[in-house]
Amino acid sequence: MHFASYTAPGGQEELALTFGDPSASTRLLVLPAWFDEANKLRHFSVELMRALERAGVASVLPDLPGCNESLAPLAAHDLASWRSAALAASQAYGCTHVLAIRAGVNLAPDLPGWAYAPLAGKAALRALLRARVVAAKEAGRSESSEALLQTGKNEGLALGGYHLGAEMVAALARAELPAHGLHTLTPADFDAAGLWLRAEPDHDGAQAEALAARIVQDVQG
Amino acid sequence: MTDQAMIENELRALLRDCLGLSQQRVDAFDADTGLFGHLPELDSMAVATLLTEMEDRLGLVIEDDEIDGEMLESFGALLAFVTAKRQAG
Repeated sequence: MHFASYTAPGGQEELALTFGDPSASTRLLVLPAWFDEANKLRHFSVELMRALERAGVASVLPDLPGCNESLAPLAAHDLASWRSAALAASQAYGCTHVLAIRAGVNLAPDLPGWAYAPLAGKAALRALLRARVVAAKEAGRSESSEALLQTGKNEGLALGGYHLGAEMVAALARAELPAHGLHTLTPADFDAAGLWLRAEPDHDGAQAEALAARIVQDVQG
Repeated sequence: MTDQAMIENELRALLRDCLGLSQQRVDAFDADTGLFGHLPELDSMAVATLLTEMEDRLGLVIEDDEIDGEMLESFGALLAFVTAKRQAG
């Protein structure tokens, strides 16, 4: 594993983890899950990339601007700037394929590849809004998803500890599952459960290995 | 399998996946098994995830004002909520 960086549109440097031989004929752009799910799937994503490396497939996992080690304020980013960043990372590392994890599918550049348990942007937003409504109820306050969404579209909103800008909220609210040419894979294909469902973060090494094996098999055709 | 048995199986599977429990453990859940408030790992994000997955797997739409501590109090309460939703739908 190496730490690398790519230049996102806007000029700032963003971290990327790279695995495998840079001259490998197949290099996978791994687009991470978002927000709370990003944490729950981080270990899985990195272990998957290690398994791919052992099988001779190189891969790169870019930080999205405003996330992880990024110095960019998340509130200044939206779906369009994230898409541009995904494309910039793909071009910087000469990626030949994409693996979009969960909501990462909303950012997938035009490459062949796989969508792992794809999630529409609007569904990701709905889950965050619901978590905030539940938290408010526990605290004895009453909030509604609809009113929060309206506020978010006008002035941005803090959801699950993430400060989303007004443009991001508005773009997510409209984001249906994009039409993509990717092969869809789900945990059920590996007789496993999605780690994003877990109330407490966990790992599933067997599923990471199985997903990597499936990708290698598809690549080798 | 009856609709009721199907709902019960789905709910057990859902709690197994969300809480990382064994099938054996969730099979032992009865109506009085405590959920929210009894299980420290069920925070608001986990509850939101659970409800959203429940909607997907059981074909429901749960409104904000239907979410309360009572429906998540026990396995029996959650089962009764889903059964009533399915009958109303």
